[in-house]
Amino acid sequence: MSKSFQVKVMRQEKPSSNKHWETFDITYENGMNMTTVLQRIAAAPVTTDHQTTTPVAFDACCLEEVCGACTMVINGRVRQACSALVDKLLDESAGVIELRPMTKFPVVRDLTVNRRAMFDTLKKVKAWVHVDGYHDVGPGPRVSPKQQDTAYPLSRCMTCGCCVEACPQFSDKTSFIGPAAISQAMLFNAHPTGSNDRDDRLAVLTSVGGIADCGNSQNCVKVCPKEIPLTDSIAQAGRDTTFYKLRQWFGR
Amino acid sequence: MAKQQVVVIGGGLAGLAATMQLAESGVHVTLISMVPVKRSHSVCAQGGINSVNTLTRQQGDTEWKHLDDTVYGGDFLQHQPPVKEMCEWAPRIINLLDRIGVPFNRTPEGLRDQRRFGGTLYKRTAFAGATTGQQMLYALDEQVRRWEAEGMVEKLEYWEFLGPVLDGNGHCRGVVAQDMFSMEMRALRADAVVLATGGCGLVFGRSTNSLICTGGAAGRVYRAGAKYANGEFIQVHPTAIPGTDKLRLMSESARGEGGRVWVPRKPQDNRDPMSIPAAERYYFLEERYPAYGNLVPRDIATREIFDVCVTQDLSVEPGRMCVYLDVTELPGATQKKLDGILEIYEKFQGVDPRHTPMKIFPAVHYSMGGLWVDYERDGNSGGLNLGSPRNQHSNVPGLFVIGEADYQYHGGNRLGANSLLSCVFSGLIVAPTLENWLKSLPRGSAEDQSATLFDGAIDSHKQRMDQLINNQGDENPYKLHTELGDCMTRQVTVVRNNKDLRLAVETIEKIEQRYQHVHLSDRSNWTNQNFSFTRALGDMIVLARVIAKGALLRDECRGVHFKPEFAIPAPQADDPETLRAEARRWCEAFREKNEEWLKSTISRHTADGPDISYEPVDTGLINPRPRTYGLKGAEMIDEVWREMDKGNAAGAAVAESESKT
Repeated sequence: MSKSFQVKVMRQEKPSSNKHWETFDITYENGMNMTTVLQRIAAAPVTTDHQTTTPVAFDACCLEEVCGACTMVINGRVRQACSALVDKLLDESAGVIELRPMTKFPVVRDLTVNRRAMFDTLKKVKAWVHVDGYHDVGPGPRVSPKQQDTAYPLSRCMTCGCCVEACPQFSDKTSFIGPAAISQAMLFNAHPTGSNDRDDRLAVLTSVGGIADCGNSQNCVKVCPKEIPLTDSIAQAGRDTTFYKLRQWFGR
Repeated sequence: MAKQQVVVIGGGLAGLAATMQLAESGVHVTLISMVPVKRSHSVCAQGGINSVNTLTRQQGDTEWKHLDDTVYGGDFLQHQPPVKEMCEWAPRIINLLDRIGVPFNRTPEGLRDQRRFGGTLYKRTAFAGATTGQQMLYALDEQVRRWEAEGMVEKLEYWEFLGPVLDGNGHCRGVVAQDMFSMEMRALRADAVVLATGGCGLVFGRSTNSLICTGGAAGRVYRAGAKYANGEFIQVHPTAIPGTDKLRLMSESARGEGGRVWVPRKPQDNRDPMSIPAAERYYFLEERYPAYGNLVPRDIATREIFDVCVTQDLSVEPGRMCVYLDVTELPGATQKKLDGILEIYEKFQGVDPRHTPMKIFPAVHYSMGGLWVDYERDGNSGGLNLGSPRNQHSNVPGLFVIGEADYQYHGGNRLGANSLLSCVFSGLIVAPTLENWLKSLPRGSAEDQSATLFDGAIDSHKQRMDQLINNQGDENPYKLHTELGDCMTRQVTVVRNNKDLRLAVETIEKIEQRYQHVHLSDRSNWTNQNFSFTRALGDMIVLARVIAKGALLRDECRGVHFKPEFAIPAPQADDPETLRAEARRWCEAFREKNEEWLKSTISRHTADGPDISYEPVDTGLINPRPRTYGLKGAEMIDEVWREMDKGNAAGAAVAESESKT
């Protein structure tokens, strides 16, 4: 007889619908991860009490934890479903695994949420390097290996939303832009060309919803799947905005 | 005059490159993507991007050699002018990426670092950690976000492309797209549509591709009349980690650092691999290729692993095909160099490969084939006439194709680190092409077309949706997809033969019939992923037929298309005179084979399945020559071929310059 386990999924048909739980029996497979579990449910959407239901709606894309799509709350912890292995999850909570959508974004359906707000925030902090144009003017600025070592980890941010999910200050009721956006602002402020827009970014960070809203809970850095030093970025942003404000007071 | 409108479908490297370049040129772009563009499949590319650079130039490297490596690697199946242009643009493209902030790895002096990749002698490959594709995608995403903030780009994310809108003359006048949340359909008028929707790995079930790589968009324009070319050329990477949902890439560097590939001699020996003594292990690459060992070329490694599991039934596991890739014997310091990739294995398999051999298997990775596109050759340079409305233009007027979705750059086999290049290149050069196209639109602009054209298009998609959602039957789309993938993976990947291919063609036709009875478990009208997947499955089946039939008809070996029954037997003699005679016969057979088969497969959709014809290949710059790597008598074949081929100056010049390097 093959081994099985249960998965409890928080379901919601539409943004206006009520949430409810459904439980599924899943036949165990070696090396199974949570995206596979959701695919198995899609192929045979029948609950533990033999009710036929619909496949669970969820976001997933690369399945190797580089795109950030399949982020959800698994056994109470926000993470990517693709790199969440059933074996380890069953060690956390024997026999049953619990799936919920992220709570900081509007639920579209089931585990699918709309994280558009995060991408909009990237516009706010001008998370780009503004170049003259795309014509050929030779190589970019020289960058020391040390600078690259600092930039690369920040540049791996997938905009997955784990950090804001775990952040006590971020919600749809506050205007806090969150750790990911602050870290991106620091990434582009550190770039030789990107730093031309430095003050614009610092202005955003010193305005409503900026760095002052960070409560320093340090949750963000603990849940970041890419181990981005988000609290270092926030500390850097704190220093840079202080100097920026001083410069503003003294008329530069 | 009404504002001209361009729709780009797909926000990976190619789509984003096109969008940012068009926006800079003052052309407003609507960008449609099934996922937030930052989550496109380009994120999965690890290795890097090729270009001639200051360092390699001093070692004698040139754009011409990059061209030569690319067409030689591709077994001469690609038209050479676009490839030449691409290789010439490559250094400029790396500079541009550098300027917009891609964090390329650096030398101590602060210059870009480069590594060497397969199929070349030079360190041409710039890279950003182990996530070059991700870093490039992010940089382009950031540029497009800037244009979005400036009002030049409108993004429709979580929107799915359903099909082109063609007028009575077969001109593309726009697209129908669907909001994947609300399921609302909309027709967007467009004077030019650019398809940048990537590959079709999901046709093979599980692959190294992302879940969105269904080939759905390509299938939809193919059904609407666009030609599909060289579909049978599908690259299979030798080492991937078999997963229950996806096959994740395991870099070649594991073998480069001394990793060994083996299976237990006893089929499905269920002992702990570490307890199996050496004598009972079959190191099949080392035994079969004593000279190259575990570092045989990619295609050979792939074929041998496949052979051991499929033909000899020596797979490590009974229900799942895999072999051991063993780095447990390597010293700690060497293992440390592999940390990055070993961590991926550990993360997804939950097993530490430092102490337990990894289980790996080849995986479908990249589609060299794709939608047919045109180009205009520049008579002077031999490259492209940039800005010509013919470049990247499909046979449907107004529909352009770029990136992995087109067939143009990689011929019969793609070199590592050339895909990121071809994506960005085709994206950038489509911009001047569109500018000129927009200046001289045949038969007026999209705004001039009647509303009934677009309303009618929406209606027909709505009808199809209703029909599919309410379809009566008992076929499960997910199970049907698994069957399709199994058939394609078993019969249409690494080792092909006509008996199996005929069987595959029949099986796919049966799956297509069964698809008519597909049953949806979700009939709702809100964020219905069950519906979206099932619709795409229909397109996957159509592409599967194209791939399988193309493979069945192509009776030769070329690039990744390996059909042993039509392989030219390698010379066997040891005596030099006999060997020379055999090499001459080999070369004559090779010449005959090229006369018959050096041509692009062109597929057109009909109600009865793909209609296949062929088109000649422009090999005017570099004369085709044999790929002899690993063959017995390779040097002799090369020598004989040069003598036979002296008539062609270009070919001889290249062969000569190559022999010097």
